[in-house]
Amino acid sequence: MKEPEEAYCLGIESTADDFGVGISTFQGEILANISDAYIPEEGGIHPREAARHHAEVADKVLSEALTKANINPKTLRVISFAQGPGLGPCLRTGATVARALASYLDVPLVGVNHSVAHIEIGKLKTCTRDPVALYVSGGNTLVAAFECGRYRIFGETLDIALGNCLDVFAREAGLRHRQGLPLGAALEQLATKGEKLVSLPYTVKGMDLSLSGLLTAAVTLLQKGKHKVEDLCYSLQENAFSMVAEVTERALAHTEKKELLLTGGVAANKRLQTMLKSIAEEHNARFNVVPHEFATDNGAMIAWTGVLSYTHGLVTPVEESFVKLRWRVDKVDVPWLK
Amino acid sequence: MAEVNSRQLLKKGAEASLSRAERYGRQVVIKARLPKKYRPAELDTSIRSYRTVHEPQLMNEAKKAGVATPTIFLVDVKNTAVTMEFIEGKQVKQLLNYLSPSEQRELCVRVGELIGKLHAHGLIHGDLTTSNMIVNGEGKIFLIDFGLGEKNMELEAKGVDLHLMKRALQSTHYNLAEECFENVMKGYTAVVGKEEAEKVTEKIKEIEKRGRYITKRQEET
Repeated sequence: MKEPEEAYCLGIESTADDFGVGISTFQGEILANISDAYIPEEGGIHPREAARHHAEVADKVLSEALTKANINPKTLRVISFAQGPGLGPCLRTGATVARALASYLDVPLVGVNHSVAHIEIGKLKTCTRDPVALYVSGGNTLVAAFECGRYRIFGETLDIALGNCLDVFAREAGLRHRQGLPLGAALEQLATKGEKLVSLPYTVKGMDLSLSGLLTAAVTLLQKGKHKVEDLCYSLQENAFSMVAEVTERALAHTEKKELLLTGGVAANKRLQTMLKSIAEEHNARFNVVPHEFATDNGAMIAWTGVLSYTHGLVTPVEESFVKLRWRVDKVDVPWLK
Repeated sequence: MAEVNSRQLLKKGAEASLSRAERYGRQVVIKARLPKKYRPAELDTSIRSYRTVHEPQLMNEAKKAGVATPTIFLVDVKNTAVTMEFIEGKQVKQLLNYLSPSEQRELCVRVGELIGKLHAHGLIHGDLTTSNMIVNGEGKIFLIDFGLGEKNMELEAKGVDLHLMKRALQSTHYNLAEECFENVMKGYTAVVGKEEAEKVTEKIKEIEKRGRYITKRQEET
């Protein structure tokens, strides 16, 4: 397909604590990927406060992205936004910006599934075609692979997400979010100093896993103060990652696919990368990790998935552009895959 | 022992490798849980030994509950390997998509009955997928792979067990999943009784709502 002139998609991401804008060409070249994170004073993400942050930074992030991409907004062919899953107030803020922009520029709107976008950006950036994808972040933990028109879920958490589990423990251990060093990274640093493996629950249930019991046990031991914090961080990571690795290996053995893709915010963790690399080797699969810039929530992945959707005939009329807080990945048709 | 050399690798699964061999004139399967390099040795050893010891115990208990499982011949804890009867047959996974609707219904109902028998005896399979069910030449269904199972009478454990069955159907038999699961629950109800089955069904709904992204929860709030 030859485009008469260069075509662009602008994508807006606002499912949780990041407000991001990305611009992609229809060929998948990322021209801009700007984001601004809401960092709470203490505790986790407060949805209302995060949404307020997004509304405040939206115009700044938008204009930065357009400047970076060095394009005239009038040349945008389509506007995409993360329609779900995520936090309601945050999603609505991004959707409002997207609707306004699309109607102002008089271009189509495309609602994109955030989880599918994490997988698609990983595939684009690592030249992967048909992987078993492990998507791990603060809000999601799932193993998916393409099968008959959709990404099917071959394993997932029965309760909390992996990133959530690590973040809550990190906060309990007194670690603080600093600019440039997320909580998970701080925990990872401490864990490298751990030496003793403390016994913690290991809960794999069939193809799924459960992390809430592990978190409770780790926090209880932390509060008792009998173990070194480093040892607990180390043990928590080893247990949690081994569980995730086991269900990923199951999916790889079951589907017999020859590529393994690690994507999402927790993909940045080196120890997790090492474990999954070992599994991929065991099953003669090529192992790929999404590049750091595209690991956490970002606008570029929404823009690129917007391109894939739009060029395969998917558009979202404004009256159907309501946000979907719990939009599962296996409910999304992906016509660009065969 | 010449026999030892005649092992033939059947499948290298995620957790164990399965080989077929002949022992004292019988066809057997040797299920060896191999070390996993990715996890710490301490954790790896404890997981593998635990499952090696518990799986045969549960398989034996399942027989008492009236559920066919391969007979165990040898448990080699040191090498984390179990030698068991070889079942000649086809996995339900291989069969399901090729059966007529009425045959599908019947098979699913029978699978449900087996799960009901396990649960009624306080046994949780822990990994109910259509790959872990073998139908032999006489049409008898054997359940295998009890490595993630446990003895547990609680509603929660039963609910999770069936929820996993449903999830497995959704990922592998997406077009048939809903109907198949309904039939599984019919067979299950026939064994455990209507009252218990309703309680378990309610529990499954609750478990689903705990998942991160289930639309039902959104609709209710």
